[in-house]
Amino acid sequence: MHHEIIIAGFGGQGILFAGQLLTHAGMVEGKHVSWIPSYGPEMRGGTANCSVVISDRGISSPIVTEPTILMAFNGPSLEKFENRIKPEGFIFYNSSIIKRDPQNPKASSYGVPVNEMAEGLGNSKVANMVMLGALIEITKIVSPETLLLSLEKALGRRKKNMLSLNEEALKAGREYAVQRLK
Amino acid sequence: MPKELMDGNRAMAEAAVRAGCRYFFGYPITPQSEIPEYLSLRLPQVGGVYLQAESEVSAINMVYGAAGAGARVLTASSSPGISLMSEGISYIAAAELPCVIINVMRGGPGLGNIAPAQGDYNQAVRGIGHGDFNLIVLAPNSVQEMADYTILAFELADKYRNPVMILVDGLLGQMMEPVEFKEEPPKQFPKPWATTGAKDRPRNIINTLFIEPEELERLNLKLQEKYEQIKQEECRCENYLTEDAEIIVAAFGSCSRIAKAAVEEARELGIKAGLCRPITLWPFPEESVRKAAQKAKACLTAEMNAGQMVFDVRMALKDRIPVHHYGRMGGAVPTPGEILAQIKKIEVQING
Repeated sequence: MHHEIIIAGFGGQGILFAGQLLTHAGMVEGKHVSWIPSYGPEMRGGTANCSVVISDRGISSPIVTEPTILMAFNGPSLEKFENRIKPEGFIFYNSSIIKRDPQNPKASSYGVPVNEMAEGLGNSKVANMVMLGALIEITKIVSPETLLLSLEKALGRRKKNMLSLNEEALKAGREYAVQRLK
Repeated sequence: MPKELMDGNRAMAEAAVRAGCRYFFGYPITPQSEIPEYLSLRLPQVGGVYLQAESEVSAINMVYGAAGAGARVLTASSSPGISLMSEGISYIAAAELPCVIINVMRGGPGLGNIAPAQGDYNQAVRGIGHGDFNLIVLAPNSVQEMADYTILAFELADKYRNPVMILVDGLLGQMMEPVEFKEEPPKQFPKPWATTGAKDRPRNIINTLFIEPEELERLNLKLQEKYEQIKQEECRCENYLTEDAEIIVAAFGSCSRIAKAAVEEARELGIKAGLCRPITLWPFPEESVRKAAQKAKACLTAEMNAGQMVFDVRMALKDRIPVHHYGRMGGAVPTPGEILAQIKKIEVQING
């Protein structure tokens, strides 16, 4: 197993956090992992992306140029990365705001209306968790149990009250994938 | 200890605390600011001192003072901030005081940008400041190595009474990877020269002003003798797939990770490529570079600068084979594909 993932969207959509969570879960499952942010003078509403590698073998280059998985949370991110996906790769995109299909016939594409689903759960901020739920259901890159453990650790004691909402969002994403995407 | 997921900057900061460092003096600058941020919380927890100075010039002179008193002390900055520290670093080297200086390089020259670069290689390995002196320069290429070599840096600094620089870049500083901190305590060294109060002993003097040329020359000769010893004992280098390699790619730090991927892709195409990664940039591991290139017909240095390591590689190989260079500058990061394209080009030149 070797996955190179780009997660991209607006600053404030929890892009970097989603990447860290996935990376941590990969580490807990004994994989080699790396995470690189597109660091810069980022701000809410600007663009943000991160590169994650999860692999059975040692990671030579942590820089991702041809991802096997793209998670696009807004239109510009899809435009920027959709043609770089490796053949037989995956594109997960936010169909709440991206109203077209990805232009890459070699990749499997999955639209998930993460904004509406998150708002349905009462908090638009968990859109990233909905997408992660769909991702792990389709790709099996990490198990939902591990991801939950990583989530619990990341939220810590201070944000423990946010755990159940995030958990619900992950579950909603997985269920959506099972019912609508498979 | 279980593995933790940490970025390189925080891993170096935590490793410094574990190495017994209790003093940090610095001034914020991207992309290294996670180091002071982390230590501002962590050092008070262990009875240490975190102090944000009013400038880098001030910070390095605080380091000078703490080092003179025998403390394990750290400062960190990024390219322009390191330039500001250069006068103080020369004083510290002249006074033969141990300290660790982290440079998380960014794009330059000038104010440049905050993207990763390796443009401070020459500055680091040619001594940084005025006068005849050298820093020991370590170039880790993973978060684990950033932690391990921070501890090593403090040990080498004390062992040789010399400033040690950890030269990384924004990519390594910001990157998260698993890291494991070892439980074993760091090596400690006696410091009978430290200015700790002269009760029951003659006073110690820390000074870098020597009016008499003969006296200053004696200091210089002593320093040169020490540097010679460091060259003999402390060279470190990682050679990968070099035994039968016809093309050697020489790269350090973050760029060596990218070069490693390029070398692996070249091998898949049947090209006999290997990676030579100097870990100590000063002393430069000439023997290991020669060994890596035993069967090589050409060498390629891959760097995020204009070819600053080329000179050292050519000196090591005594110009036996051609040394090519591929580099990106100004904060641009090469891809494995770009380096692979250069390897292929050289392959055609040497094998037709």
